[in-house]
Amino acid sequence: MGRKEDNIKKAMRIMRNIEYIRNIGIVAHIDHGKTTLSDNLIAGAGMMSEDLAGKQLVLDFDEQEQARGITINTAAASMVHEYEGNEYLINLLDTPGHVDFGGDVTRAMRAVDGAIVVVCAVEGVMPQTETVLRQALKERVRPVLFINKVDRLINELKLDSQQMMDRFGKIIKEVNKLIRRYAPEEFKDKWMVRVEDGTVAFGSAYHNWAISVPFMKKTGISFKDVFEHLEKGESKELAKKAPLHRIVLDMVIQHLPNPREAQAYRIPKIWKGDINSPLGQAMIKCDPNGPVGMMITKIVMDPHAGEVAVGRLFSGTLRKGQELYIVGMGNRKYRIQQLSMMVGPDRIPVDELDAGNIPAIIGLKDAIAGSTVSSIPDAEPFEPMKHYSEPVVTVAIEAKHTKDLPRLIDVLRTISKADPSLRVEINQETGEHLLSGMGELHLEVTIYRITHEYKVEVITSPPIVVYRETVDHKGGPFEGKSPNKHNKFYIEVEPLEESVVQAIVDGEIEEMDRIKNRKDLAKKLEELGMDREEAKRVEAIRGPNILLDMTWGVQYLNETMELVKQAFFEAVEKGPLANEKVYGVKVKLVDAKLHEDSIHRGPAQVIPAVRNAIYGAMCQGNRVLLEPIQKIYINVPMELVGSVTREIQQRRGVIVDMEQEEYQTIIHAKAPVAEMFGFASAIRSATGGRVLWSTENAGYERVPRDLQPQIVRQIRERKGLKPEPYDEKYYAEL
Amino acid sequence: MLTFVGLGLYDIEDLTIRGKKAIEEADVIFAEFYTSRLIGIAPEKLEKALGKEIKILSREEVENGEIILREAKDKDVVFLVAGDPMIATTHVALRIMAEERGIKTKIVHNSSIVTAAPGMLGLQQYKFGRTVSLPFPQENYFPTSAYDFIKMNKNLGLHTLILLDINPRPMTANEAMKLLLEMEEKKNENLFSEKTLIAVVARAGSPDSLARAGYLGEMLHENFGPPLHTLVLPGKLHFAEAEALVKLAGAPEEILNE
Repeated sequence: MGRKEDNIKKAMRIMRNIEYIRNIGIVAHIDHGKTTLSDNLIAGAGMMSEDLAGKQLVLDFDEQEQARGITINTAAASMVHEYEGNEYLINLLDTPGHVDFGGDVTRAMRAVDGAIVVVCAVEGVMPQTETVLRQALKERVRPVLFINKVDRLINELKLDSQQMMDRFGKIIKEVNKLIRRYAPEEFKDKWMVRVEDGTVAFGSAYHNWAISVPFMKKTGISFKDVFEHLEKGESKELAKKAPLHRIVLDMVIQHLPNPREAQAYRIPKIWKGDINSPLGQAMIKCDPNGPVGMMITKIVMDPHAGEVAVGRLFSGTLRKGQELYIVGMGNRKYRIQQLSMMVGPDRIPVDELDAGNIPAIIGLKDAIAGSTVSSIPDAEPFEPMKHYSEPVVTVAIEAKHTKDLPRLIDVLRTISKADPSLRVEINQETGEHLLSGMGELHLEVTIYRITHEYKVEVITSPPIVVYRETVDHKGGPFEGKSPNKHNKFYIEVEPLEESVVQAIVDGEIEEMDRIKNRKDLAKKLEELGMDREEAKRVEAIRGPNILLDMTWGVQYLNETMELVKQAFFEAVEKGPLANEKVYGVKVKLVDAKLHEDSIHRGPAQVIPAVRNAIYGAMCQGNRVLLEPIQKIYINVPMELVGSVTREIQQRRGVIVDMEQEEYQTIIHAKAPVAEMFGFASAIRSATGGRVLWSTENAGYERVPRDLQPQIVRQIRERKGLKPEPYDEKYYAEL
Repeated sequence: MLTFVGLGLYDIEDLTIRGKKAIEEADVIFAEFYTSRLIGIAPEKLEKALGKEIKILSREEVENGEIILREAKDKDVVFLVAGDPMIATTHVALRIMAEERGIKTKIVHNSSIVTAAPGMLGLQQYKFGRTVSLPFPQENYFPTSAYDFIKMNKNLGLHTLILLDINPRPMTANEAMKLLLEMEEKKNENLFSEKTLIAVVARAGSPDSLARAGYLGEMLHENFGPPLHTLVLPGKLHFAEAEALVKLAGAPEEILNE
């Protein structure tokens, strides 16, 4: 029996002992070496051949990820490691480093209890280090630090031993600053990383070695020894004396919590149900004998088996053949057809899996990433996961051959289930399918998948930026008349409080068609600065927009309210300026005059009346077009700063900050997404390829005033609308 | 000039002589059949029967009004409506728009279900409360205010004339009774039960018109034949009314003792 098979057997045994399990993720800025670290850990633990590690990237199992050299999907791998005479099972979830795929990182964080934060010794803490660390800490995931690419400090930067120490000190300080800022109150101190206690390790994932203080103490290897080996270029020697997987996995076992420990403080944060209910108690105790409580974090496509749902089992025991409920799917039961553990690209079938593990299930047909699965019907779902960005770029996509259309529709459905940060919409007028994602690259990757993996040839439009519409002051009351002229609705609009917009975008306030807990919502809104009376009168929340019913005693309004809401939904879905989504508007119904008889105030009368009143009020409130903005971080040698700033400025970009660090300059800039298409090749040629850069979506900003009319016209023409938007007079006369 | 001409209840024989004259003298004739329709003649056959071109307008076209008003500016325009034209309250909007533009308007009245139904059942016009319409429920729209008005009428001892939706097709009395029972389930205020006395008028104005009265539980399953149907919920009955319901509409004799 090979070592791999042997380890699989061991893994099966350990997975029943919760204390000996660790569920971890690895997070890092792009190119800081996360995937190499994952692979060498897996190889070191004997889950794949050691020679292949670092070359065959196990976790990068999408053909395309390997070609691009970045990790796109989160896959899981289980490994066995011995520490102080006991065997442990470590379930590792790989997470993507590119910020275009931020949705995946958030989901992976929910499934793990601890994270190895990888920071490149040369580059130090980068913007995405902060983003991913913040995501981890928000989910109450405890971090440990691995400083990677240490050999490059000596071989390339020629630092001496003191300079090296200084650099480590700086990185650790910055990481701790972030932990202090983002960690939950009670863990701010406890979760600091320290060299002395071994919550920090150093090494080279690529050369397969690492070192930490506890390991030095145990083995007598000193930092000086390490330095000397490196100076002599003896990294192979070092890898034998101080093998990467041993040091890093020791650190994981010693400092990161087991599922039971972690769930005790994580469940109340990530699950809002009744902690004293049987499910709540089972999850908080990680009880394998309680009801099943599981969150799906990832849907993986298997060419043969179809959709495989991977997630964290917080309570209960899964068995092949068992029937489960998916929250939101009613009383339908789903049978587990196959149950397995994920080891890189392999799924190893098992008959049972206990709470605390990361199972892969075939049979949960309607599950999507984010679904809650339980053995009891109507379980309280896990809090909807927070996405840090909304899709900002869209392409229209059609099948090259008409006969492929039904298949394309299928593929789009499947793909958007596996990656909820994608959005697929059908343009009702043109029948076109619109695919929206987090950036140009995200869509390129998705389209590559559609053509290469699903083998559907498609034609796509050039990428289009997703704009938003808002108002910058109060408009109305505006009278909207129904087509039969027998019903009148009076609407006011104004900018929604910034803090409320943010809370909706962050998911702290849910979008809702019907207000369930009016009191709680009112309290939350009031705390965020909304007027007390307004906070009590919310009828619906859609996008970061709110509908308020501020009327007093209007007869029959109650049986009309659903239609008013529908009109509000339609109006915020397609704004009056360019039919883009409305963002950050408070819509108030202030009065209504209705026909006596219900037959004269049905949907055909009420919906256009309210919609036109909202549009008219928005005209009076001064319509403003918003565009998505990206932050850009660029790392270049000093002498190239000029070419880079030129490139940024050509794109309506602004340099926000510039930092000098030894021989390189770090430029912080921001620019509209609309101007960033093709930036990758432009910046490469402007710098002769001597550049490291990354971007991050940073919300919406107002389009420059003088550009707005022109952009509005372009969008309207693209959509086949009259080039000029309608004015207030038009809506008044309807 | 814009003349609203009522077509009455059944077919062109219901047209008044004055109405017929207005049609003959008109330059342009429009008609709408979404508020009500003639049961004896299909809209498209009306043209042939009257011997003049008639443009049938959709609800949107009538509500917008432009098509009619443009012509009425300097031509004699007739607008045909089934029943009595202003019973469809919506048309007053068109009349006001016309007057605002300096277009003279006129009404040629005709009979309407509003008077025909009480007449056929022998109920006294004095004792009707406000009329209600029952729309087909739509997505997000199941109004129940009709229930409240019927109840208000009932509390005052008044009868209620219940008009039934005709879009997208005419609602049958049976469907309407079912809807009322659904509202009862929602509201639970003891207005309707199997023992509620209710009356149905079918095809008013036609040679085979029908007037029926009975208990809801039984009426629910009775076949009243082709449309149009109308319901009446009787309030407190005068002895003459009770007698009429028994003799003219086949109501159970026990209502005479109540």
